[in-house]
Amino acid sequence: MSFLELDRVGKSFGPNTAVEEFSLAVSKGEFVSFLGPSGCGKTTTLQMIAGFLDPSHGAIRLEGKDLVAVPPARRGLGIVFQSYALFPHMTAAENVAFGLEMRKVSRREREERVSSALALVGLAGYEDRHPRRMSGGQQQRVALARALVIRPSVLLLDEPLSNLDARLREDMQIELRQIQRNLGTTTILVTHDQIEAMSLSDRIVVMSKGRIEQIGTPQQVYEQPASAFVAQFLGKTNEFSATVDRVSGQPRLVAGTWSAPAPAGVAGPVTVSVRPERISFGNAGLAGRITSRIFQGNHWLFQCDTECGPAIVIRQNDGQSQPEQGAAVHLVWQASDMSLRAARAAA
Amino acid sequence: MSVTAATDSSDARAGLSLALPALMLFIGVVVIPLVMTVMLSFHDWGQYKGIEPVFILKNWIEIFDDPYYAEMFWRTFRVAVLATLITAVFGVPEAYILNRMQGRWKGLFLLVIIGPLLISVVARTLGWALLFGGNNGLANKLLMTVGLIDSPVRFMFTETGMIIALAHAMMPFMVLAVWTALQRLDPQVENAALSLGAGSLTVVRRIVLPQIMPGVLSGAIIVFSLSASAFATPAIIGGRRLKVAATLAYDEFLNTLNWPLGAAVAVLLLIALVLIVVGSNALIERRYQEMFR
Ligand SMILES: Nc1ncnc2c1ncn2[C@@H]1O[C@H](COP(=O)(O)OP(=O)(O)OP(=O)(O)O)[C@@H](O)[C@H]1O
Ligand SMILES: [Mg+2]
Repeated sequence: MSFLELDRVGKSFGPNTAVEEFSLAVSKGEFVSFLGPSGCGKTTTLQMIAGFLDPSHGAIRLEGKDLVAVPPARRGLGIVFQSYALFPHMTAAENVAFGLEMRKVSRREREERVSSALALVGLAGYEDRHPRRMSGGQQQRVALARALVIRPSVLLLDEPLSNLDARLREDMQIELRQIQRNLGTTTILVTHDQIEAMSLSDRIVVMSKGRIEQIGTPQQVYEQPASAFVAQFLGKTNEFSATVDRVSGQPRLVAGTWSAPAPAGVAGPVTVSVRPERISFGNAGLAGRITSRIFQGNHWLFQCDTECGPAIVIRQNDGQSQPEQGAAVHLVWQASDMSLRAARAAA
Repeated sequence: MSVTAATDSSDARAGLSLALPALMLFIGVVVIPLVMTVMLSFHDWGQYKGIEPVFILKNWIEIFDDPYYAEMFWRTFRVAVLATLITAVFGVPEAYILNRMQGRWKGLFLLVIIGPLLISVVARTLGWALLFGGNNGLANKLLMTVGLIDSPVRFMFTETGMIIALAHAMMPFMVLAVWTALQRLDPQVENAALSLGAGSLTVVRRIVLPQIMPGVLSGAIIVFSLSASAFATPAIIGGRRLKVAATLAYDEFLNTLNWPLGAAVAVLLLIALVLIVVGSNALIERRYQEMFR
């Protein structure tokens, strides 16, 4: 049975629909990310789970019980707000202690838990600072400690790491994942960073314009994107359209002079999508010319012009010599490396 | 280098010459009368000889010696403090509720609250007098007919009446000051407290109030200084019998015609007010500098 369940939840602000037909079942201890561009309704969905917004449609259930009727104060969720929402008149320690005070935790235990929570987020020694005197990243970590310290049944994180520098963010991601594993806290993370979503989550909910585009494990959404939007939002991808030719015996995928055996059950015009790191240079395949090559440390990034349009190729910097700019090349990939979608009627 | 310096000084000169008209006006209508009032307070006065431009401390000694004046200043202070307290006690919830209202209602009620500022304070105070003035006051008559009270509520010529009327007149200033502070709050902060398990009363007491305290205090300073120097309301409610510093100075000037003594009263009121306002402002700033840099 699912632990947290959203059943066709929708939210409209006047004539504008922010979230539509949002259905999701989260099991206990699971780490789920909401991933999508700015304004796609991630925060709105999270706020409905938290209880600060009432859904216009649908139901939200926690352990089978209706959650919408429960006031936010009694939902027992830990929330990190996008704007941190720290109490500006309290020190870091007082901020973290607030939830414990409300739970009537004894003074001694409170102090212990507050200092261990602050230490956990790397803020030991900052107990007496006021939020206004902390950097954005430090404030974000106080907010995280404040949510974690009450040991919530569900942790809702609204872009909790967006203000940290790359190094600290990576550390905090590992930390977050570890905390979540150890405590078994069901966690929902809102982010627009695909790497963060993929490295942290058990499942990713990709959203666009208030709708769910795809729900799946990081591998599923990366390797079998359900829509062009998902394919493009999660990392770089190459897409071109092809048709299926059934005339000469075996059905074949055809795009210009390029062709490959078509997988079973594919018909009509399709969109072929191949990740740039799955492409290598060979002697036969999609013909093209390298227009630029960029060295990026552990890999090379090639931009190519092919007869199916521009394409990008990523090659590991494995010490082998790489083709020069302007060189004529053939792009090669395995049949299993491409994903096919029926092309939209309009396209 | 020298070019920049030259531009700088010519800029400064241009700035000065632009500010000059306003500066002259300020000196002309504020500083000169003030200096003259201070000087006047050291002059002598007699029933028959009128004002004598000499330098004596007679008026000041009289003010500090005669308990009559001390009583008057003490009453001014008491009335202003209590009126301030009342505006705070009623104004803060009023502003909070106002801030919670939705769209159109908010605008309407803001108008209702600020509206009275458009009506002369004399008219508003006379309204109180009509309601509670002796046996003929409308409210008094009604209450007596209903049988709730036997004798009319004493409102005119009492300190209580003065305080209530002043608090009523000053309420918009408090509500506006608190409302401005409330506008600056992040609503998500209240949500954060709720999500941590706080009830709505706790949220108000522990989260909202401490954050708007600087607003409440600055509203209090405005209301206090306006109440302590108010003239019309104490004059109408208190009449000639129950005087405060401002009405006292007025009487000395226009009834007794003892201008030097009136000037001393006015100057003392001004000094006391400036000291109180500047002092409490400094205290507030020290208290909150940690929180609001
Ligand atoms: N209170 C509101 N009134 C009207 N419209 C709103 C309100 N809150 C959000 N919206 C709209 O709902 C949509 C979704 O907003 P939401 O805050 O959920 O986006 P988001 O996915 O969290 O974006 P971001 O990554 O920028 O935080 C937006 O188009 C926004 O303009
Ligand atoms: Mg958001």
